[in-house]
Amino acid sequence: MRYICLVHFDVAATFAGMSETQRAQLDTDSLAYDEELEASGNLVVAEALQPPEEAVLVRVRDGRMSTTDGPFVETKEQLAGFILIEARDLNDAIRIAAGIPLAKHGTIEVRAMYEIPRHDQQPD
Amino acid sequence: MTSSPTEIERIWREESRRVLATLIRLLGDFDRAEEALNDAFLAAAEHWPRQGIPANPRAWLVSAGRFKAIDKMRRRAKLAAITAELSLPDEEAEMAPEAEPIADDQLRLIFVCCHPELPPDAQVALTLRETCGLTTEEIAAAFLTKPATIAQRIVRAKSRIRELDLRYEVPEAAELLPRIDAVLRTIYLIFSEGYSASHGVSAVRADLCREAIRLVRLLRELLRQEEPEVEGLLALMLLQHARQAARTDSEGNIVLIADQDRSRWNGTEIAEGVRLVEHMMSRSPLTAYVIEAAIAAVHATAPSGEATDWGEIVHLYDLLRRADPSPVVALNRAVAVAMRDGPEAGLFEIEHLLESGVLASFRYTHAARADLLRRLGRTEEARSAYETALALTQQAAERRFIEGRLRELSAFLH
Repeated sequence: MRYICLVHFDVAATFAGMSETQRAQLDTDSLAYDEELEASGNLVVAEALQPPEEAVLVRVRDGRMSTTDGPFVETKEQLAGFILIEARDLNDAIRIAAGIPLAKHGTIEVRAMYEIPRHDQQPD
Repeated sequence: MTSSPTEIERIWREESRRVLATLIRLLGDFDRAEEALNDAFLAAAEHWPRQGIPANPRAWLVSAGRFKAIDKMRRRAKLAAITAELSLPDEEAEMAPEAEPIADDQLRLIFVCCHPELPPDAQVALTLRETCGLTTEEIAAAFLTKPATIAQRIVRAKSRIRELDLRYEVPEAAELLPRIDAVLRTIYLIFSEGYSASHGVSAVRADLCREAIRLVRLLRELLRQEEPEVEGLLALMLLQHARQAARTDSEGNIVLIADQDRSRWNGTEIAEGVRLVEHMMSRSPLTAYVIEAAIAAVHATAPSGEATDWGEIVHLYDLLRRADPSPVVALNRAVAVAMRDGPEAGLFEIEHLLESGVLASFRYTHAARADLLRRLGRTEEARSAYETALALTQQAAERRFIEGRLRELSAFLH
């Protein structure tokens, strides 16, 4: 089954308490964990995200598209990246999530994929 | 010998639980073992198609898993520069796995999963996942709950095992019997969940019965000695499971044992259950599961509801009351007395039970009382007892059954 591990953490507070070397170490560890998951066959895709201040919010209402600047909500912990994984079950996904280096600093939200049902068959 | 992906899948199905059990012992940690198991099969998928399947795939997988885990721990230690914190497997764990009694690892795993220090619902979830190989999602579906609930139950149970440093071992002889009791209780809980759910709900839940039977067979094989309660529980579950197909009609309504189509009972399961009962009833002392199985055997071998040997059943309930003096046993005995001596006699016993204050909030007490009153033609009292039972009943099929009885009584009155 596929699960997404959404990595939330308070970027400012976490980095404020870290030396340059510690930050570099966190990067190295994060990249190494991605490689490890790739080697174990669990990785589908892993990406880190630009901060929400760089985001653009898109909406379409009444056929008109509008855009606004992020961030959408003011929360301390922000979505900073995600890892899409293939795992045996939810507990296996939790085990993998616990290994993400940022789990020590932030929160990993584990969500199972939802398969959107196809409604292309018309009932008679 | 070459290996195809299906061959590796077959080995996964047959060996993964055993390999996991051994890896948990070698690595001393559930999660690390699970990761290692995954890595071991990944290595197999890479090597076996080229080199062929090894003579002893289980030992190969254990070796590969352990090697990968140690390698990973070393690399992580280097990366995170926390070598000092890490506990690598000790020397003993470095021994060749072939030399270890691997079969015992599964037994150790069952004893850890069913440890009395863990809450019963956690024991059930952990046993189904770690020993039977069910996924968290499958367990959740079987127990009609959310995967997140089951997942957290399992996570907490595992950290409790770590905190308490529960030993991964088969208990010593002196401690063995009570610990086997705890394991059997968990297995019977799994069975009962599947059995009571079989009232037309979902196939996943009926599978729990099969898992429970499979587990007790495994326990029996691993113990390598005859334990009366293990034999008794196997017999009891087989004899109950034998009636499964006849317990509901095509609409999922309850069919009482007296009205069941006995040709739909599973003859093979009955034969095995009866054989076990006959063997164990000649031993002493008689234990609770053995006596319960003996009662189930009397039902299973009776040609019809009326031709059931109710005298023998009452006698067995008398024996059971000595082994298990619970009020539920007394209630079942009262029902058997009613069948042997007539509804009046059974009613007298149930009234007595209710007067002593026990079982007043138990739905089956009121349902049984209602049934006896109905048979005595005391319609108004019967109706009020059925209503009490209905108020205590949540399960849809049971509610439909009681409502049906109430309708019959109304038709009788008007």
